[in-house]
Amino acid sequence: MDLFEFQAKELFAAHGVPTLPGITVTDADAAKAAAEKIGTDTVVKAQVKVGGRGKAGGVKFAPTPDAAREKAQEILGLDIKGHVVGTVLVTQASDIETEYYVSFLLDRSNRTFLAMASAEGGMEIEQLAVERPDALVRVPVDAGTGVDLAKAREIAEAAHMPAEVSEKVAAVLVSLWETFVAEDATLVEVNPLVRTPTGDILALDGKVTLDDNAAFRHAEEFERFADSSTVDPLEAAAKAKHLNYVKLEGAVGIIGNGAGLVMSTLDVVTYAGEEFGGQKPANFLDIGGGASAQVMADGLSIILGDPAVKSVFVNIFGGITACDAVANGIVQAIGMLGDVTKPLVVRLDGNNAEEGRQILADANLSIVHPVDTMDGAAKLAAELASKGN
Amino acid sequence: MSIFINETSKVIVQGITGSEGTKHSKRMLASGTQLVGGVNPRKAGQTVDIDGTAVPIFGSVAEAMDKTGADVTVGFVPPPFAKDSVLEAIDAGIPLAVVITEGIPVHDSAVFWAHAVATGNTTRIIGPNCPGLISPGKSNVGIIPASISGPGRIGLVSKSGTLTYQMMYELRDIGFSTAVGIGGDPVIGTTHIDALEAFEADPETEAIVMIGEIGGDAEERAAAYIAEHVSKPVVGYVAGFTAPEGKTMGHAGAIVSGGSGTADAKKAALEKAGVQVGKTPSETARLMSELLS
Repeated sequence: MDLFEFQAKELFAAHGVPTLPGITVTDADAAKAAAEKIGTDTVVKAQVKVGGRGKAGGVKFAPTPDAAREKAQEILGLDIKGHVVGTVLVTQASDIETEYYVSFLLDRSNRTFLAMASAEGGMEIEQLAVERPDALVRVPVDAGTGVDLAKAREIAEAAHMPAEVSEKVAAVLVSLWETFVAEDATLVEVNPLVRTPTGDILALDGKVTLDDNAAFRHAEEFERFADSSTVDPLEAAAKAKHLNYVKLEGAVGIIGNGAGLVMSTLDVVTYAGEEFGGQKPANFLDIGGGASAQVMADGLSIILGDPAVKSVFVNIFGGITACDAVANGIVQAIGMLGDVTKPLVVRLDGNNAEEGRQILADANLSIVHPVDTMDGAAKLAAELASKGN
Repeated sequence: MSIFINETSKVIVQGITGSEGTKHSKRMLASGTQLVGGVNPRKAGQTVDIDGTAVPIFGSVAEAMDKTGADVTVGFVPPPFAKDSVLEAIDAGIPLAVVITEGIPVHDSAVFWAHAVATGNTTRIIGPNCPGLISPGKSNVGIIPASISGPGRIGLVSKSGTLTYQMMYELRDIGFSTAVGIGGDPVIGTTHIDALEAFEADPETEAIVMIGEIGGDAEERAAAYIAEHVSKPVVGYVAGFTAPEGKTMGHAGAIVSGGSGTADAKKAALEKAGVQVGKTPSETARLMSELLS
């Protein structure tokens, strides 16, 4: 889960990474009140999970509470790269002498963690990596031993942090590492980390991605940080039923068992759809190994509830679950849902596939179209979607 | 021959008394695996009845190894306790630890992987979030259905469980030396490269199917390895060409981010290494059949 800046800073503050006080608001009058409460010059910052906010006019200086109100008015509702601003952070303004960059992240390729740091912060890190690659250092961090003060000093030194700040930056790195581990993050990034004219080091911005697999250890945060405003309603409904669902753009609803098989199904449907005016999958839905009647019914109800869906492709390989059980599940699910009119193309293969196909044939449901192969089924599903209305 | 497991493998199950552990222990025993014990500190000294076979429960992996000569452990331990169970297996020095559990936090996987490296990689880890592996007719460790295919000449390595089953089914007339599901998490123990290296060295394996998916750069690295070190023919498949950027597609590791980890890049890297890449699972199977006919 990606966090908003204000959420990232909340975690930073909890682990001792220095931040400035701020208040999040959703309307302009509240922005004025927040600025009054903070009592200094403020900055009004759009809270969106996308880079380039400053350039898009989403970050503005406000010398007075009235200015904060005015700037909030301008920023709220702004569309930044497809993200509409619903919340702004009103935060204490800071003078900036120098900007740095620090982050910890998962390094998949090396199956470990990585510190990245630069004495040249401020610009987008992707841009820095391209334009000034020598200025961005990457220091591997052993997951077993982590980052103590000695390791933090090594990172600060490698990044050529100026001598007068390196000790303070190292202390920030230790706190940032604590945030990374304690919160089960896969990314913690501070850009910029700034030095003020008085020599203080502050995290002026923050980016954090939390590991969804670790939600069981952070139930309260995952619930509080969940962003219901940008979640697709079908994705929310699927999540409530513990289904692994991703909304996509097309008209062919997809149900399959196993993440790899479902990804493959999306591809095969897209290829087949080229013949039928560019039909595409409407979703990713993995119902997992079990595929009981109830799970099938839950999955079907989500997909049939999507008005964009014109046909459904149920693609099951019977491995642990036998196809006859899956076929019974489909028949029961249709019975449970009632009034299903969209065509269902069903491909059953593997364990007890023959028996499964027979069950579907015996049920004699006009909307169910059994096809023996994945490629053939994808083609029929795309064709039926192209004829749907 | 086969890779990683064979008819002499002695297997213990961590989490044997849980519902998944019991269910799959039955299936492993039924497919001929030498399942010699289970581990559960709270039930040490007892036995668990697996379809009429009394399987002894030990207090630790080390004790189970000592008493039974076990050299493989397979874990069905729930995510909150999985890390400690793998660390225990590593500390016991068991040669192979297969981690089936899905949903382990990546910090936990990174820690047990770091521990495996720090202790000299005496324990090979397969997984987590994988279906395990099968050397048909010899041993089956994990959840791959033994009924799909018999023994044969193909070696298979895959990030995905169901695509493994699908591919084994399509190529069941030829059969498999070993099929290894390495798992769909961002941090896994055994990689495509490790399996390719083992298949290259295995005289029973004549050709290799490699299945990948979006996310990370494991396939690109495997392609570079194949170009340098693999003389046997390799056929590839990659899932997720049409997956949108920034969305996790079922597997925790299956995500295209910042334009990297795309299926197109993986396919291009494999083809550059001389690997034929199928557009669909069926086409991939066909390419392999033609190669071996």
